[in-house]
Amino acid sequence: MALIKCENVSIGYEGQTVVRNLNFEIHSGDYLCIVGENGSGKSTLVKSLLGLKSVEKGRILYGDGLRQNEIGYLPQQTDSQKDFPASVYEVVLSGRLNSRGIRPFYTQADKKQAWEKMDMLGIRDLARQCFRDLSGGQKQRVLLARALCATKTLLLLDEPVTGLDPIVTAEFYQLIRKINRESGIAVVMVSHDIESAVQYASHILHLQETALFFGTAKEYEHSRVGRTFLGGEQHV
Amino acid sequence: MFESVIEMFSYPFMVRAFIVGALVALCSALLGVSLVLKRYSMIGDGLSHVGFGALAVAAALNAAPLTVAIPVVIVAAILLLRIRGNSRIKGDAAIALISTSSLAVGVMVISLTTGMNTDVYNYMFGSILAMSAEDVRLSVALAAVVLILYIFFYNKIFAITFDETFAQATGVKADLYNTLIAVLTAVTIVLGMRMMGTLLISSLIIFPALTSMRVCTTFRSVVIHSAVISVVCLAAGIALSYYCATPAGASVVMANIAALILYSLAGVIRRKTWR
Repeated sequence: MALIKCENVSIGYEGQTVVRNLNFEIHSGDYLCIVGENGSGKSTLVKSLLGLKSVEKGRILYGDGLRQNEIGYLPQQTDSQKDFPASVYEVVLSGRLNSRGIRPFYTQADKKQAWEKMDMLGIRDLARQCFRDLSGGQKQRVLLARALCATKTLLLLDEPVTGLDPIVTAEFYQLIRKINRESGIAVVMVSHDIESAVQYASHILHLQETALFFGTAKEYEHSRVGRTFLGGEQHV
Repeated sequence: MFESVIEMFSYPFMVRAFIVGALVALCSALLGVSLVLKRYSMIGDGLSHVGFGALAVAAALNAAPLTVAIPVVIVAAILLLRIRGNSRIKGDAAIALISTSSLAVGVMVISLTTGMNTDVYNYMFGSILAMSAEDVRLSVALAAVVLILYIFFYNKIFAITFDETFAQATGVKADLYNTLIAVLTAVTIVLGMRMMGTLLISSLIIFPALTSMRVCTTFRSVVIHSAVISVVCLAAGIALSYYCATPAGASVVMANIAALILYSLAGVIRRKTWR
């Protein structure tokens, strides 16, 4: 059974179909990159995977013990977070909210989880610092720790390296690969960075309203779509 | 000094003003932290104008002011949130539209019935004489509800304020909590506006949050500082209003301005010594 299985999924806004007849699966331990141009339906697909947008046709199935609200989501940063007064610890701990349900307060176990994830990502020292004072790379680590608090099985990252410099970007990719390999957490990453996608991911979903390509990264490099897209990028 | 304080509290209307004022200040400070951080600051201003229109209509119909104003403002609050979510008219324009319309309706109704008089002046700029025993009971109930809900849902409110999309993705019903915040804000504003004045009540929502954000670096400390600052400034403002015979609303805002300046200075000094 797959963690997530999309069957003939179509999604749209007010009659305009953005994603059409999409089929793909994500299995435990996979590292899937969703690539495609702007407006190709990547963000819409992400919203539907998270249950924030209902599908028009087809269905999205969750299996292998994954529930929809247990996806570790790392969203694009919002404008209001730039001056938000919150400590790193508060932000990371808020990832445990889906384990709370209606119960209002965090338990000792939740707090321990938060510290563990901060240790894992090397941000324990930042715990008392204010989120708004951090560098771009540190902020992404904090949000990643929060996402890890929310899941045991699947991370969903929405263009996580936007605005990061090349060195920090490379570090971030290494970190994601390490989490994917060592903890066996499946990774789904929406990305513009096609070359890194091919380098790090195990699978590629190339979206252009529907799936132009879905398969392993190796196959993608040799496919017609992949060669055009990769080759096209090199000539820019 | 001590005697004059005793004298001040010997007037029942002063005691009522302090009780209602402190409770309204507490509620608006708590709600204000979320509203300011979520960029909803102007909603408070819009709602107070709607409240003015509703109070004017209630007076013309000889109805109890709060029983008309509270439901009307609650509806307006929910409407404003919806408009911000999805609409062709952008949020800030929508708020300006609604608030000026309600103000105009209120002024028209008043001038056609009682005529422009000191009542209008009091509605606009507030009066410490305005609070009745009924208002005291209502504000105690409101404050209790806001405090209990705020403590109970504190972690969810933090999550929604910081990152609504993430909160929704992890199964938090963000719309429900946004509506809850809007409704509580509406009631708080209606209760406070006759004392603080239509034009100045939104300061209670905006000032404490902004002030504490100058210095505080965690959400929890922002919330606690806001609550304390708000109540202290309100008490100082009302005392000022009593001794100098100035309008209550403006006096409270003066105290808030002073607090903002103090905190800003403290923030600058803190950052300098930190580095």
